[in-house]
Amino acid sequence: MDALLQQFFNFEIMAKVLPLLLGGLKQTLIICVIVVPLGLVGGLLLALLLRAPFRAVRWGAIATIDLFRAIPPLVLLIFVYSGLPFAGLRISPLTAVSVAFFLNSSSYYAEIYRAGIDSIGRGQWDAARSTGLPMFDTLTFVILPQAIRNVLPDLISNTVEVIKLTSIASVVALPELLYSADMARSITYNTSPVVLAASIYLIMLWPIVRLVSRLERRIAS
Amino acid sequence: MDGWSRFTDTFFKPELIERYLPSIASGLVVTVEIALAVIVTGLTLGLLLAVVRTFRVSVLSFVIVIVVDAFRALPPLVLVLIVFFGLPNVGINVPSFAVLWIVLSFVLAAFAEEIFWAGILSVPKGQWEAARSTGLGFLGTLTHVILPQAIRLTVPPITNRALAITKNTALGTVIGVPEILNQASTGQSFAGNATPMMMGAIAYVLLFIPVVILGRWIETRFAWGRA
Repeated sequence: MDALLQQFFNFEIMAKVLPLLLGGLKQTLIICVIVVPLGLVGGLLLALLLRAPFRAVRWGAIATIDLFRAIPPLVLLIFVYSGLPFAGLRISPLTAVSVAFFLNSSSYYAEIYRAGIDSIGRGQWDAARSTGLPMFDTLTFVILPQAIRNVLPDLISNTVEVIKLTSIASVVALPELLYSADMARSITYNTSPVVLAASIYLIMLWPIVRLVSRLERRIAS
Repeated sequence: MDGWSRFTDTFFKPELIERYLPSIASGLVVTVEIALAVIVTGLTLGLLLAVVRTFRVSVLSFVIVIVVDAFRALPPLVLVLIVFFGLPNVGINVPSFAVLWIVLSFVLAAFAEEIFWAGILSVPKGQWEAARSTGLGFLGTLTHVILPQAIRLTVPPITNRALAITKNTALGTVIGVPEILNQASTGQSFAGNATPMMMGAIAYVLLFIPVVILGRWIETRFAWGRA
């Protein structure tokens, strides 16, 4: 039992590595600030392409969404980071993370927006258009506000997934939270730094997970 | 060398495709095995936890909610690293594929519990009362009346979640599980060429695209049944 505590909950080590981990946390937050908006915007664009008047565009959007939902994000990231240099494209870890996350999370967000837009009845389109609102204004002022409200819990819970996913940036040596923790672990020969990182993720994400559960229940009832 | 042949030379070199096909294929087998194992244990455990919550023992329910929340909030890679590096140091040796299997099973169980529980709650109370009044016991009501209806509602979200979590088998590469991504990266660094990595990516697409499309179909099929 004591060995277990020493190995996983060594507070002395945790205190020592906390500044290092907070530096990592800052990187994690920077990644989030880049990749979450990228995914939200990319997803919206893809979802709108699903409603394009040309069949080829719609099929292209579906193919893109399905392709990037089928490839595990870590595979995409390693492909972008370590595969593209062979083609003469050398990019920084942060760029690789941004590109891979953009492709991956746009596809997931797109599916959510699509469900939201589908949930708005045809009558809303017809009514808005018949008052003389053009297509684009109908979309931005009538359809999207209602659509997004309907799928808000899903949008938030996908954002939690994206934030959790930033931990794979450690694999391409981007010094974010998990990377710093793992470095501290290999220096101290102790797992407590990773447990500390886990606690930081928990403190950050638990309230959001709870919030999503409550939102879902309210919408269901 | 023109652009096209340089592209094929980097990503689709024929002799490398031939050389690395066996190792990518063996990685595919490992990925499929772990994915199936995760689905079986994860969904079973998730359903079991949801059923335990129907007994409405407040202490048990509270513990389940806390544990489920934690597994939903923690990045799977963090859990993989804690288990993989932590356990040997306290004298417990677990092979890396088992670490991946156990961690992903718990993560899937957590999400599945939440979904199954929502499904159980969505079955109207009258169904419970009607079934009980015919003389069916609590367990009989649960297994023959409530769960069949609840599980039907949960098929689309469970499919999506199972897909998302089985894709995490790629995390195994970090702890040396010889799955697709691991074989592909090893091949890439040995060959000094991105062809094995492209093969790995294609292997994932071949493996998961049918599931993505199946998920789409299930969504429309079951949405229709619900309306």
